[in-house]
Parts: sequence; C-alpha cells; structure tokens
Amino acid sequence: MQVLSKTKTGINGLDEITMGGLPKGRPTLICGGPGCGKTLMALEFIVKGATLYNEPGVFMAFEEKAGELTTNVASLGFDLDKLQKNKKLRIDHVHIDRTEVEETGEYDLNGLFIRLDHAINSIGAKRVVLDTIENLFAGLTNQAILRAELRRLFQWLKDKGVTAIITGEKGQGTLTRHGLEEYVSDCVIFLDHRIVNQVSTRRLKVIKYRGSLHGTNEYPFLIDEEGITILPVTSLKLDKNVSAKRISTGIPSLDEMFGGKGFFKGSSILVSGSAGTGKTSIAGSFANATCMRKEKCMFFAFEESPQQIIRNMKSIGLDLNKHVKKGLLEFHSFRPGLYGLEMHLARMYKLIKNFNPSVVVLDPVTNFVSVGLLTEVNAMLLRLIDGMQNAGITLMLTALNSGTTEHIDENVSSLVDTWILVRDIECDGERNRGIYIMKSRGMKHSNEVREFIISSRGLDLVDVYRSSEGVLIGAARKARQKQEGVRTGQNGNGQYRARIKK
Amino acid sequence: MAKQEKKWELRLYVAGKTPKSVTALNNLKKYCETHLRGQYKIEVIDLLKKPQLAEGDQIFAIPTLVRKVPEPIRKIIGDLSNEEKVLVGLNIRTLNEV
Repeated sequence: MQVLSKTKTGINGLDEITMGGLPKGRPTLICGGPGCGKTLMALEFIVKGATLYNEPGVFMAFEEKAGELTTNVASLGFDLDKLQKNKKLRIDHVHIDRTEVEETGEYDLNGLFIRLDHAINSIGAKRVVLDTIENLFAGLTNQAILRAELRRLFQWLKDKGVTAIITGEKGQGTLTRHGLEEYVSDCVIFLDHRIVNQVSTRRLKVIKYRGSLHGTNEYPFLIDEEGITILPVTSLKLDKNVSAKRISTGIPSLDEMFGGKGFFKGSSILVSGSAGTGKTSIAGSFANATCMRKEKCMFFAFEESPQQIIRNMKSIGLDLNKHVKKGLLEFHSFRPGLYGLEMHLARMYKLIKNFNPSVVVLDPVTNFVSVGLLTEVNAMLLRLIDGMQNAGITLMLTALNSGTTEHIDENVSSLVDTWILVRDIECDGERNRGIYIMKSRGMKHSNEVREFIISSRGLDLVDVYRSSEGVLIGAARKARQKQEGVRTGQNGNGQYRARIKK
Repeated sequence: MAKQEKKWELRLYVAGKTPKSVTALNNLKKYCETHLRGQYKIEVIDLLKKPQLAEGDQIFAIPTLVRKVPEPIRKIIGDLSNEEKVLVGLNIRTLNEV
C-alpha cells in the first residue's frame, strides 16, 4: 500500500497541521486576501527547503521584482542573494504589462514553461513557487487559451515531480479570483487576516488535502523576525509523560501543606485570590526557589515591570536581581492589550523555547480578558498548559478573582493540577489572609485553612488558632497565643512563633 | 540608405517548429516584405535550443515577436494572423493611416 509522500515545509507548525508537510511532487494552492502572508509563506517554503532540507527551489515572481523580494525578506534573516549565489535558489521575475503586449492570433505559454524548465534544471530544483500566477489574467485577454495553458502547466509541474506552491488572491465568494482552485486540487491552504476588537490575528486553514489527514481547525499564525510560526491548537491527546519528582514551592510551610514536598515537577499550578492577597509574592517565592536550585525560570508579568517586581520582592526578603544577573531568571513584561491572544501565546512559546526554563510563571492571567472573550482566554490557557505539560515545564498561573469580574480561575481550575486559593478574611476590624488548597491532583494535601503572612522575611503560613470561641486569626490569634503562651508543634511555624513571642 | 536598412530589428521567439511558429514567421516575412522591404532584420530564436534567452526579453508566450529597434521595445504575441494589428503594434502604421 502506497501512502502519499510529503515534503516538509520547514515552516514552524505547518508540518504538524498537515501531518508531515505538503504533498510531494504536487502543486499546493495558498490563497487569501491582500497582505495575508501568501508570498512570505511561499518564500519561506523555498528558503527552508534550500537551507534545511537541501532542496533547491525556484521562485517565479509575477508581482515583485527579485530585488524588491530580497529587500522585503532581508529583515527575516533570509539571505536570498547568498542562496542564489550558491545555486540553492533561483528567482525569475515575469513581468507582464498589458500596454507593452499586443495579442494577435493563436499562441501558447510555452515560453513560460521553457523558462521554468530552464530555471528548474539549472539548479536541480525540487521546489517551485508561482507567485501570483493570476497576474497573467490581467496581462492577457484570451482567457480560453490562458485557462487551457494553466491546466497544462499544473499537469506539467506534476509530471516534472516538483513540489509546488501556487499563490492566489482571494476572490468574491471564491477562493481565488480566477478560480485557480479548479486546477490545483491536491492541497488548498487558506490564509486570513482578521481584526477583532482592533487586534489583528492571522489565521490559517487547510481547506483540502487530498489523500491525507490534516487538522481542520483554523490555526492562528504570526509573522515576526523569524518568519512564520503556526500554532497547532492543542493536540488534545492526554498521553504525556508525567514526572513523580517534587519541587519546592519556595515557602517551607506551604510545602508542608503538600505533604512536605511541594508541587509535582511539570505540573500546572493556579494561584487565585482577590486583590492584594499576595499572589505575585507566592509566584516570586516560587521563582526564587527555582533559581536557588540552579534551574531556569521565566516570569511573564502583565501588570508590573520587571524592576517593579524586583523591588517589591526585595521588601519580602527575596533578591531576584541576582538570579537575573546570573541568567537564571528572565522577566518579560508587557501589557495584554499589546497583541491578540494568539500572538501572546506564540510569543510566549517562542521565548520559552529559546530560554528553555524549567519553571514558567504568568502573573496574572486574568488580564487577558481585556483582549479576548473569556472562552478564548480559556482556550489559550488550555493550550499553554497543554504545551507546558508536554515540555515538562512547571507552570504557575496567578489569577485575580474578585466579585465583579468573571471567574476565570474556576474555568481554568479544571485544567490545572494544583489550585491554591488565597482569601481575605475580615473580622474584628482587620483584614487577614487565609490560604488553602482547593485541589492538588495525585498527592496528599492539607485540608486546613492557614493564615498567610507576608513579612520582610518572606512568606509564611501559620495555623489558624482554634479555640473554644471558634477560629482566631490575626490580632485575635496573637493575643490569645500570648495569653496562653502557646507553641504549637508545627515545625515550619516555629520560627514565626518565636518572633511573635519576642 | 545604408543606415535605413537597420531601422527595424525584429526578433521572433519560437519553441521548435510548431504550426503556430511557422505561421507566425511566414506572416511576419510577408508583412515585412510588403511594408519594410530592405529596412528590416529578422532574428528567429528557438527557445528549445536557447532557453536561457527567455528571461532577458521577458518571454512567456510563444510565439512572441519583439521589436528591439526602433525603441521602445514592443511585443506582439500570437501567430500574427491579423495584419492590421501587427502593423499597428509595431508602429509601422499608425491608426490614422488604416
């Protein structure tokens, strides 16, 4: 049984969606509106082919001149001149100007065939791009000839055995303005550039892939200084490797609540709570502990700048700056409104990939609601959690949960392995923080509500004081403890107790 | 008069001896003899033999007639069966004269 063989595009993510690449030796149509990235995608296919897979390529441009093309993609690090010099690439610009050309009688497009053939043979090309061949329609009046010739051209490309990309401009109600999809029927990819809530998102969809399975969703993609990156939405397969290794939370007394060992390595942790409950401080402690173990941590901050966080963490006795200097800790701070959700996800993926941390912190994820609907934010977080789990990276998310905003934490909570909730407890004219573990999969964890204390020495948890009058926290607890001179036997809290006694 | 002999430099691109190419060349010779006798030069380029020349003159259709001289360069594609169109296209005859 022969299965369709495929040609790897080398474009990040596209090979995953198409399950191995474009159909080998056949033409693929990439269509979309103006500025959707057709030309770039086609060019990247050629460049990656030449640089990664040693498959030289011919780029036949009907729109841009070779020089313009070279300049346009130089910012992406594609050195077309060098590739041309090394005979890995050949750019042929077909200039068609109706005003210069008169038609009389019968003709065919053999000239184009010969040019293409010559270009292919001269470098032994395996890949061919025709961008955008529809320009022929503007340059020639005899459509009957043109259509017959195009049909012949695509057949010829197949016979030639080259993997080709044909680009086409989106038409009204059709995939391409001149119905190229009629001729190229093996694989059709549609690119889209949409602006929702003033934030633009590019999307890709494989409309058709004859003889192969393919992802059918719309996949967001982005174009940045490294070219095109397409993000396959969650694989949704739940078959990842899990680790039984445990890592410290950075707060000894919190570790204790998790059976004395802390989180599972590679798990996802959600810390939610209302404003000012110390979510960032918990995240900071976790980051600090990670760096203390000489592991790398990446901290995405959506509310504060890195300097702000470093300064604030100093006030609770954490010196994050030294980790930054050692290169163990990397901060990335940006406002969620800067890009669309997909762009954020893609950027984060990329940064994470380059830095290769063992712990990633997002603080706070609730801010994303300002750029997307709750369902979209959830979908994005799901993918992020999924991606991190696949990579074995421990992920900590913080979420603001106040009465007024929608409860993102509850939506995310089913996805995460561990959910820590910090709550304000108001009584006797003071506000104290209570911390408890809502869930923690696969490990013994405490069911107690502990009092959560932030001091200049760091974070600590103390037992709430149960007495005959009920639960005592804050000043009431201190008073009672003083009165009774009590020292509970909890080891992690001994130090704090001692301090209180002073 | 010697200078005038090189007034028209025409180049016909073909791909092998196809009926269309033969028709085009015959038509072209006929028109030139009728209208430009003694002042023209026809160069026939077979792209099957010299494919590298297609890029230079931006050839995509076959047959293509290119008027190199006098400038500007003009192109006529097809088998040149319409005499009026060829003459106007080559600027041998302006529309007013027709």
